[in-house]
Amino acid sequence: MKRKHKRLTFVAVGVGLLSLAAALFLSAIGDSVAFFHSPSDLANHGDLGDRRIRVGGLVEDGSVQRGQGAEVRFRVTDLAQSVPVVYVGILPDLFREGQGVVAQGRLRDGVFVADEVLARHDETYMPPEVAESLKQAGTWQHMEAAGAASMPADGY
Amino acid sequence: MDPVATFLEMGGYGRFVWPAFAFTALVLAGLLVQSLRTLKSREAQLAFLRDAVERTRPTRGEAREA
Amino acid sequence: MFAPSGQVARMSRFANPNRFLRWSDRLVPWLATVTGVLFAVGLYWALVASPPDYQQGESVRIMYVHVPAAWMALFCYTAMAGAAAVGLIWKHPLADLIAKATAPIGAAFTLLALVTGALWGKPMWGTWWVWDARLTSVLVLFFLYLGYIALNSAFDEPGRGARASAILALVGLVNVPIIKFSVDWWYTLHQPASVIRLEGPAIHASMLWPLLLMAAAFTSYYFWVLAVRVRGEIMAHKIRALRLRQAYG
Repeated sequence: MKRKHKRLTFVAVGVGLLSLAAALFLSAIGDSVAFFHSPSDLANHGDLGDRRIRVGGLVEDGSVQRGQGAEVRFRVTDLAQSVPVVYVGILPDLFREGQGVVAQGRLRDGVFVADEVLARHDETYMPPEVAESLKQAGTWQHMEAAGAASMPADGY
Repeated sequence: MDPVATFLEMGGYGRFVWPAFAFTALVLAGLLVQSLRTLKSREAQLAFLRDAVERTRPTRGEAREA
Repeated sequence: MFAPSGQVARMSRFANPNRFLRWSDRLVPWLATVTGVLFAVGLYWALVASPPDYQQGESVRIMYVHVPAAWMALFCYTAMAGAAAVGLIWKHPLADLIAKATAPIGAAFTLLALVTGALWGKPMWGTWWVWDARLTSVLVLFFLYLGYIALNSAFDEPGRGARASAILALVGLVNVPIIKFSVDWWYTLHQPASVIRLEGPAIHASMLWPLLLMAAAFTSYYFWVLAVRVRGEIMAHKIRALRLRQAYG
């Protein structure tokens, strides 16, 4: 075997083995890479104790209630389960009903007490006039459907 | 409000949009200038070295003959 | 210790670098012109002629520098690893130089993607930075570029630096699909792809075209700076060869 071919084999086998190792590693760590948990994850998970976690999903339509001062209450849904969230603080510009959201905090007596709320947006970009005419023409896919589609079906 | 100020304000996002474009311009221009300068200085250095080789060749020949 | 003279012989045996010098000399003015025109037109569309987004308003304009920078960060890494592999396997001197010249350009694009992303994330998400799979894997990409640059120049003999850094580049290649698919494989704060996806682009034509124009400008810029830097690397090689010839007689 010529040295050139030896080097080619070495590189090809090396890259192949490395990809295999990476694939195994990634499937092993799986869910732990997730930046947040869905409300369904939370419902299936029983007692979380006082662990600080992130829950993500869509802000349920019609669920946002402004309380005293900067207090906001809303529900985060993944269209299967939903969890009530209470948060005191400034919300990001993109926070609105039907849009993606990630809240960080602790679950206390079934209510998620958030100390940080981040907005998550879907992959759709369009001018306001186009969004308006889509809504008028009735061809608007509801934001919840679009938002849910932008999330992975399961952990990874 | 005049159109220039409206444009610069970017609907309230000016303080994020302009730094993003300015930083991009700075990095891309900086890398380009650095690349061109390195090339120019190396070209000059190579020309100088080639000159030096030309100049030393006859003397070396003489030295060998002697 | 006489490896350097082998280097000299190799330089003269391969005519490729000299051929590259000839045609790149004619190509560079064209690349400069095309890059300038694309940036002029692209920036006009990105900042003035394109509409605001229905959700994000004017802040969406950051996309026109953020997304091309991120695409080029991945493209440059793939090009660098590919060229490094060709250099490693076939000992092609020009391939080594292309890999070496690509690294700083790719690192610059990655830095731009990270910084413009932070400037976009603050008003939209509400944070400059999170440790989600997408952002973290792009930060790893930046460190891979820095590691490649450091390793490439860590040896006295350029051939050894090229070999060692080529192996690092190939190992780091696994990170490229991880970056691309991180938003599909895991829950991330970063949204999934808008343009390169199976269902077709989820971005309106009035914003897609300015984005593609800017991406073309970034691509043209890459080839322009690449040509300049590879010329610079060839000059460095010639200087080295000349010095060694003087030193060893």
